[in-house]
Amino acid sequence: MSARAIYVPCDAAALSVGADDVAAAIEQEAAKRDVQIKIIRNGSRGMLWLEPLVEVETDTGRTAYGPVAPEDVAELFDAGFLNGGTHDLSHGLTEDIPYFAKQERLTFVRCGITDPLSLEDYQTHGGLAGLRKTLTLSPEAIVETVTQSGLRGRGGAGFPTGIKWKTALEIDASQKYICANADEGDSGTFADRMLMEGDPFVLLEGMVIAGLAVGASIGYIYIRSEYPHAIKTMGRAVQIWQAANLLAGSGQTFEIIIRRGAGAYICGEETSMLESIEGKRGQIKVKPPLPAIEGLFGKPTIINNVLTLASVPIILDKGAGYYRDFGQGRSRGTQAFQLGGDIKRGGLVEKAFGVSLRELVEGFGGGSRSGKHIRTVQAGGPLGAYIPPHEFDVEMDYEKLADIDAMLGHGGLVVFNEDVNMAKQARFAMKFCEVESCGKCTPCRIGAVRGKETLDKIIAGENVAANLALLDEICELMTDGSLCAMGGLTPMPVQSAIKHFGEDFKG
Amino acid sequence: MNHEPKDKILSICADYGNQPDTLIEILHDVQVELGFLSTEALIQIADALNISRADIHGVVSFYDDFRREPTQGPTVKICRAEACQAVGGEDLAKHAKETAHTNIHDVYCLGNCALGPAVLIGDDLYGRVTPERLDALLKTKAAP
Ligand SMILES: Cc1cc2nc3c(=O)[nH]c(=O)nc-3n(C[C@H](O)[C@H](O)[C@H](O)COP(=O)(O)O)c2cc1C
Ligand code: SF4
Ligand code: FES
Repeated sequence: MSARAIYVPCDAAALSVGADDVAAAIEQEAAKRDVQIKIIRNGSRGMLWLEPLVEVETDTGRTAYGPVAPEDVAELFDAGFLNGGTHDLSHGLTEDIPYFAKQERLTFVRCGITDPLSLEDYQTHGGLAGLRKTLTLSPEAIVETVTQSGLRGRGGAGFPTGIKWKTALEIDASQKYICANADEGDSGTFADRMLMEGDPFVLLEGMVIAGLAVGASIGYIYIRSEYPHAIKTMGRAVQIWQAANLLAGSGQTFEIIIRRGAGAYICGEETSMLESIEGKRGQIKVKPPLPAIEGLFGKPTIINNVLTLASVPIILDKGAGYYRDFGQGRSRGTQAFQLGGDIKRGGLVEKAFGVSLRELVEGFGGGSRSGKHIRTVQAGGPLGAYIPPHEFDVEMDYEKLADIDAMLGHGGLVVFNEDVNMAKQARFAMKFCEVESCGKCTPCRIGAVRGKETLDKIIAGENVAANLALLDEICELMTDGSLCAMGGLTPMPVQSAIKHFGEDFKG
Repeated sequence: MNHEPKDKILSICADYGNQPDTLIEILHDVQVELGFLSTEALIQIADALNISRADIHGVVSFYDDFRREPTQGPTVKICRAEACQAVGGEDLAKHAKETAHTNIHDVYCLGNCALGPAVLIGDDLYGRVTPERLDALLKTKAAP
């Protein structure tokens, strides 16, 4: 018998609950029993509550076991898991697990399936097809395809990607840059990380396509320092990619450089990120000029989120129409929703826009992990709204969320149970802004401090009505007067908490 | 300061071509090497990259990752953000402050929001960390 392939993820979330120990235990047990196995360290499938999720390649497909602890390994061998044998931890074929089967995986099509650093695996599973097609197209045609796909920026603002690219394409410059924003600062989000660790080449392919589209020959990936595993995997992926010399013969070149962040949330904002890549303080710069016209080192620069760039290869490969057919209204394609907090089945769900919040949290997520009543879901990171249960039927797209004064952001969904105190969450939003403000403008710098102090008074029961009125004024000032969305959106979680959970603000 | 760290610092700067735009990369590497960023180290880096001392101080003070005081043991980063708050992260953070370990820092999200509370020790990520598990981890992984 040839060696059985066993998959044990190397994704940081899987490692965080012991995947390395499980891989070692399987290796040992196999040696002890003198059976041939081959362990492959794949990315994560995104079913994080099952991590470490061990998969065995059987004649009928990959069979899933999880969450596996090292202590379970001998038992799994006894149960014949190498042939897909059943055990308390078995879930049948991975692809049949409803959580996975019901998704629409476009951007994450390979994540968890392949060996992240095998370029051969990458190509066997559809990688590089988009790039090959791109090399036959004019820059205008590439940009047109992206425009037609309806792809919008996945970093938070949802700006149409094709329009941004067109701006940079139309400018004549000796040098242009592509910057992948891998700062993923929004709490409750981990999709960029999962993709960089699970399918790093797709980001590189997307960057090269962007470079061919706008005429840029250098790309930067700015990765937050809180992601050491992603930094390592991307670093090795870049080496493998460059060595493969995939653009040979095309007359084009593309160099990729990785830069680490250093613990500043604001560096996820694009102008701040560019300052940081230049080795400076991450202070916000006033726009215009737009980075697409005058960006990194003063040159035209396309800044896109990791998921935006990673969605480009499949669009070029399968066509704009294929991608656009997913989704609804002005929100086309798929979104990687990330379920976190007090949720039974936390993880990544890639679905076409339009799926309801309820389906995500209750259907996919299975409700709270604690078994307690769910009180709210914060959508879109620390600057996003707290959504109350009576709005859970909202269809998840950019416009429908805006209609209820909420936002999608980077797709993070954080579930809170009945124990949450919403006045404290509102205070946290102000405190976070105080800690992370770049300090450039007064409404944000001073507003956050005043907002936090005012909430302290409300929580202590001091002149509650007057302080709520003052807080409202502070929020208005921050919304209207801040230079960027850090100060400008901090009122969103605060005001949504007051609006929907007023009973927590009575002192 | 003896000569060794200086040589090391200069060679890190040289690895990055002494380019001012690589300053943050250099600061990270030097901090790994020395455990913190001493004033002498900053002066040497500033000179190597031909940037002003005021500029380098400005950069170092802007970013939370950089430490100006010697530290003991690996850096422990505890997530204080929302998804971890929702599953007991604040109690964990409070517990962490009560331990003897001094190199503990607050961070806002470690990208492990489905398996919180999350903690990063050095470059190792941990999920579903209870106060007891943190104690055990600090004992085995983070002894100074
Ligand atoms: C305070 C703040 C933080 C941000 N953080 C991120 C981030 O972590 N990742 C990201 O991709 N975009 C972030 N953005 C959005 C970027 O400024 C920018 O819009 C985005 O990277 C553009 O790429 P996209 O069009 O592909 O979304 C942030 C914006 C603000 C105001
Ligand atoms: S809103 Fe805050 S983070 Fe944004 S520029 Fe002003 S001070 Fe800086
Ligand atoms: S909120 Fe704690 S890891 Fe993301």
